[in-house]
Amino acid sequence: MKKKSIKKPLTTEQKIRRREFLSFGIFGALGVAAYSGWKWLYHAPEEAAGITAGTRQPLRRALNKTELFFRRLTFNESHLAKTYPVSMAAKTVRHNSDIGSEGDIDTAVWKLEVKKLNGQKLFIGFDEIKALPKTDLVFDFKCVEGWDQIQHWGGVTFAEFVKHFGLQTEAKLGYVGLMTPDKGYYVGIDMPSALHPQTILAYEMNGQPLAAQHGKPLRLIIPVKYGIKNLKRIGSINFSDRRPPDYWAEQGYDYYSGL
Amino acid sequence: MRWTHWVNFPILGIMIWSGLLIYWANDVYTITIFGHTFVRFFPQWFYDTLHIPQRLSEGMAFHFLFMWFFALNGLCYVLYTLITGDWRQLWPNRYSLKEAWQVLLHDLRIRKTAPPQGKYNAAQRIAYSAIILMGAGSVFTGLAIYKPVQFYWLVWLMGGYHLARIWHFMLTIGYVLFFMVHVVQVVFAGWNNFRSAVAGFEVIDEQSKAVLNEKEKH
Repeated sequence: MKKKSIKKPLTTEQKIRRREFLSFGIFGALGVAAYSGWKWLYHAPEEAAGITAGTRQPLRRALNKTELFFRRLTFNESHLAKTYPVSMAAKTVRHNSDIGSEGDIDTAVWKLEVKKLNGQKLFIGFDEIKALPKTDLVFDFKCVEGWDQIQHWGGVTFAEFVKHFGLQTEAKLGYVGLMTPDKGYYVGIDMPSALHPQTILAYEMNGQPLAAQHGKPLRLIIPVKYGIKNLKRIGSINFSDRRPPDYWAEQGYDYYSGL
Repeated sequence: MRWTHWVNFPILGIMIWSGLLIYWANDVYTITIFGHTFVRFFPQWFYDTLHIPQRLSEGMAFHFLFMWFFALNGLCYVLYTLITGDWRQLWPNRYSLKEAWQVLLHDLRIRKTAPPQGKYNAAQRIAYSAIILMGAGSVFTGLAIYKPVQFYWLVWLMGGYHLARIWHFMLTIGYVLFFMVHVVQVVFAGWNNFRSAVAGFEVIDEQSKAVLNEKEKH
């Protein structure tokens, strides 16, 4: 004969214990799951080195998605970086790095190489650039490290440069890539940021020609990006629909680095 | 409500840690009064113990992923309390300030009785509402530092880029201080209270008979 199990109504004590067991069981299980999720992310393999490198694969994906979100929803070329009176500009401009622009360079010999889409190359001299309308810009330069400084730069806007040298077709592509003459430092800029009205090819700092350590003879000043994108001593410019190589994006930083 | 609380805990931890990795790259903040520096954020031993130095890019990558979870979780909490009307139990009322003082005296064993309370006492109302506002503050000061050109009006509201970064930093210090007091209070409040924060129910002994009191089903 089978034993009949008689179900008694649970006592309050038992109910409490059951719910307690269940709740803490779920709580513990979720805690363990969260912890293993974190372990997985922390030990996730690095991305395959390419245009970007040096970051855990899932984090790179997140950076790229976040870039798209902010590019589409918040970037607007009518949003200008705040400007200041010239008197507020720093007299001693902070200098962080010489990668790709060590030593001095002869401005008279220097030529800016521009690769056009039809394979043609322009070699533009310093005087040709200086002859273009000049834009002065006093803005708060921001470094990815967290410091910032109000600085005064002068040069030609990139948009004006494009117009003058007939690069309109090139400017329809997604990106512009800039490189130092020794190819030691290079940046990629999305076209909307490059054509932003405050993006300039600068040849003056505080009203004086650029010193060697600040990017002589011509450098990029782009207030909608962190300092890492403000390439010193431009040697060549090219245009592409794919992301051009970028020095710091290869070292784990966000490719976009937009402000 | 319990869920968002416990989800927030690890996320905030990760945000503070990755924030430290970023802050290290420009660690300029001190508490200096009349030229004497009392606290320097942070001393070298602190960085070394936590393996902070030289990890800026890593910190940014983590920070800019978990910021989404932090903001969304906070939004869930706020929406939930608004929709259910639970915010009424939380938001301070006109008696809260006075009662909070009495609660403080009571907790410090100066006063014998605590004022009557609902789900939260007056001090809790103020503290827990403040922490939600602080969370929102972190999101907005963070946005201001993150995209200062696009959110120029936020930067302006914060009093400039420098101040926005300082607010962002101070709020974080605030969380750490809050956390310390919070944990001490939880320990004092005892097991029954902690169980309610995890399981969502509390046991109330009524005439020596335990009764299940479903305070919160959610």
